[in-house]
Amino acid sequence: MASKVVDFNVHRDAPANEKEIRVMQPGPLLDIRNLRIEATVYPPGERPKNITLVDDVSVTLMRGQVLGLIGESGAGKSTIGLASMGYGRGGIRITGGEVILNNRNILQSGKMGLRKLRGREVCYVAQSAAAAFNPSHRLMDQVVEAALLHGTATRSEAERRAIGLFKKLGLPNPEDIGKRFPHQVSGGQLQRAMTAMALCSEPDLIVFDEPTTALDVTTQIDVLAAIREAIRDTGVAALYITHDFPVVAQVADEIMVLRHGKLVERGTTQQIIEQPREPYTRAYVSVRHIDQEQKAFHGPPVLTIDGVTAGYGNGVIKVLRDVSLDLHPGQTLAVVGESGSGKSTLARVVAGLLPPLAGRIQLDGHGLSPGLHGRSKEDLRQIQMIYQMADVAMNPRQTVATIIGRPLEFYFGMRGVDRDRRVAELLEKTELGQNLANRYPSELSGGQKQRVCIARALAARPKVIICDEVTSALDPLVAQGILKLLLSLQSDENTAYLFITHDLATVKSIADGIVVMYRGQIVRQGPKKQVLTPPFDSYTDLLLSSIPQMEVGWLDQAIKTRRMESGGN
Amino acid sequence: MNALSKLILHRLALGALTLWIVSFLIFAGVQFLPGDAATEILGQSATPETVAAFRKSLGLDLPFYLRYLEWLRAILHGNFGTALASGKDITEIIGPRLLNTSILAACAAVISVPLALCGGIVAALYRNTFIDRAINAVTLTWISFPEFFVAYILILILAVNTGVFPSLSQVDANMSLLDRASAIALPALTLAVVVMAHMMRMTRTSIVTLLGNQYIETARLKGVPEWRILVKHALPNALAPIANVVVLNLAYLITGVVVVEVVFVYPGLGQLIVDSVQKRDIPVVQACSLIFAATYVLLNLTADVLAIAVNPRLMHPK
Repeated sequence: MASKVVDFNVHRDAPANEKEIRVMQPGPLLDIRNLRIEATVYPPGERPKNITLVDDVSVTLMRGQVLGLIGESGAGKSTIGLASMGYGRGGIRITGGEVILNNRNILQSGKMGLRKLRGREVCYVAQSAAAAFNPSHRLMDQVVEAALLHGTATRSEAERRAIGLFKKLGLPNPEDIGKRFPHQVSGGQLQRAMTAMALCSEPDLIVFDEPTTALDVTTQIDVLAAIREAIRDTGVAALYITHDFPVVAQVADEIMVLRHGKLVERGTTQQIIEQPREPYTRAYVSVRHIDQEQKAFHGPPVLTIDGVTAGYGNGVIKVLRDVSLDLHPGQTLAVVGESGSGKSTLARVVAGLLPPLAGRIQLDGHGLSPGLHGRSKEDLRQIQMIYQMADVAMNPRQTVATIIGRPLEFYFGMRGVDRDRRVAELLEKTELGQNLANRYPSELSGGQKQRVCIARALAARPKVIICDEVTSALDPLVAQGILKLLLSLQSDENTAYLFITHDLATVKSIADGIVVMYRGQIVRQGPKKQVLTPPFDSYTDLLLSSIPQMEVGWLDQAIKTRRMESGGN
Repeated sequence: MNALSKLILHRLALGALTLWIVSFLIFAGVQFLPGDAATEILGQSATPETVAAFRKSLGLDLPFYLRYLEWLRAILHGNFGTALASGKDITEIIGPRLLNTSILAACAAVISVPLALCGGIVAALYRNTFIDRAINAVTLTWISFPEFFVAYILILILAVNTGVFPSLSQVDANMSLLDRASAIALPALTLAVVVMAHMMRMTRTSIVTLLGNQYIETARLKGVPEWRILVKHALPNALAPIANVVVLNLAYLITGVVVVEVVFVYPGLGQLIVDSVQKRDIPVVQACSLIFAATYVLLNLTADVLAIAVNPRLMHPK
């Protein structure tokens, strides 16, 4: 019996010592030298070809340091993050360079060696925690799995540590939340739990891959604060990958800007934000500075929503309660709110996809039928929609010309040369160029796809366009281009936009009027300046104070001064 | 748990409805056959008067729906009627036969289910390698042959050439367990071979499909070994489709044994139904058909319940 106790102690002490030995080592924790990563792509109808995802990138990271990797999609930031764990997604190959972690090149440590360091020396926090947790296992089992697997703790130790981390990360009921299944907790809580999972095996390095991107702005601020606290308290080093400058400015000591798999520049957070050296970084940092003068509107509105209540399941679940608003010709009316606030349901009601339970919708002074079937072709033409996901809003088997030509045929009966001329005109208007007419959606970039969707909506010459999160899936610079296009089209055609978004930065720059929605009700509405001028109601205050600002130290300030806690998502 | 029991009750009610419809179809179907029990028993030489009198004594002169209701009422009381050929109570005839078939099916299941699951996991672990292809090829070959052919091959190898097992599976109530096992080894093996391929391929496919999920990547990035990823992270999420295909194959083991039982002269339900069809013993055929239908309904119900039981979203609602 006695010897067993001794054994147990020896076993328990050993990993701690091992960790101490790692910490004592001199030199950088992670030293990536001249990394080159390639992949083979199989474009339809062409020969497979090799593409370079990361080209000659070097990264050094000291112990306890937080390095932000920032760039648009395709910049190679996630690929570099995963390479620091010796991992490549799909057919990705590391074809050059060294990844030196704790003074050894992990690219030469073989399958077994990599397995031993993953989850022990380096851990990973994914963008979508909801997809990254196994739906079949309780949270606790997944949080402690790596620590148990690598023998760095006994089960009870690991669980105790996990509960401590749950507490530190601000999860409700830290003692019991581990017994829940992933579907039983919210997205923000899962993201915290995922951070706890990474910290539980006490690694030297954590790779955070866009950990707050999928969250609502009001949830993001708390999760971001929790992650930063956890990094500071545990002294773990981190690679923080994101496309969002204001976010990385709150957590990172240094920032590396990447583009097309190459390094643009590296510097301290302060320097990159305040004095970016490279033109690309300068453009990136100032992305949010479109300034649209707020227009004033008189005369009759084009669209009136009057006391609309709507819901699902025969009205058992009410998503909208007594919503009223006016939209004027040429106006951009932004509808903002977090997910579940009813803003997309409002779009469905206006479009006629969901007949409301009560209330009326008027277009140009005449009543619109609540459902799609009762509306005339003319009514249908006047209200068009642009969606968040441009790829799934287009038929992949149709060419751009067919997609844009369809409303021309349907609403105006245009055929042949007339139609082709108008399609070409619309392509010019949306800055696409006529040579794209015969391409298929899969051959276009994200921004180009969204432009095709805009051209399709414009083809109907509508009075109202409902824009449902049209820039949310796009990179900042591309999104900026789309917004500018929408504004210039509006000044040409005098179209009214019902602009649904959760992104307040966009709203601030382009809206004329703002409607703030919270739990299915309008809590504040009016012209932009008025809505954005204090005094605020508590929710608008929370929403506005949660928008990440491009300045170091914003996060602390925002949490200190806000009046309302976010909903605990 | 309340939602679960409600669901089970709902499925049970649907199962009862299905059985009722099936009972009607069986009864109606048999009515369409030329001749009836009276002509069958009395033979062709009987005078029309004798046939009519006999019909009356059997109650066959009553309208269709009355006879159906009477039959249904008797079955609900556990009484399947009497066999025409032997005059015995059908429940007594079917009882031991059903037991024999169940034992055979159970043996085949005990051999095939674990082998199929392990085979499927191994194939998934070594997917797209030689091992995977070999497992695939072997199982495909097995299901491509008709089962009587598999049976004869097994008889040739294991009974004729080596004499390990008897080629005829004659069993009776007084046999020792070992003798009985030896007697039914060949039909059990034949059935196992026939059903294994389907289950194995489904297991492999269900697991491999899940490997594209992000939580699998999470596990890989924790340093979890590949076999453990399959067993611990993929398999629990694949259980619903696997349970479904396993149960379907178990149902086949009960209802699809006809050919195998005939080949091995095994006194099970399959033999009984074949004999009864030959003898036009309609009440027995009806009873056997109803038992087969009930087996299918019950096993499918089990599959539904299992699929619910392994789904944490249904077992642990928000």
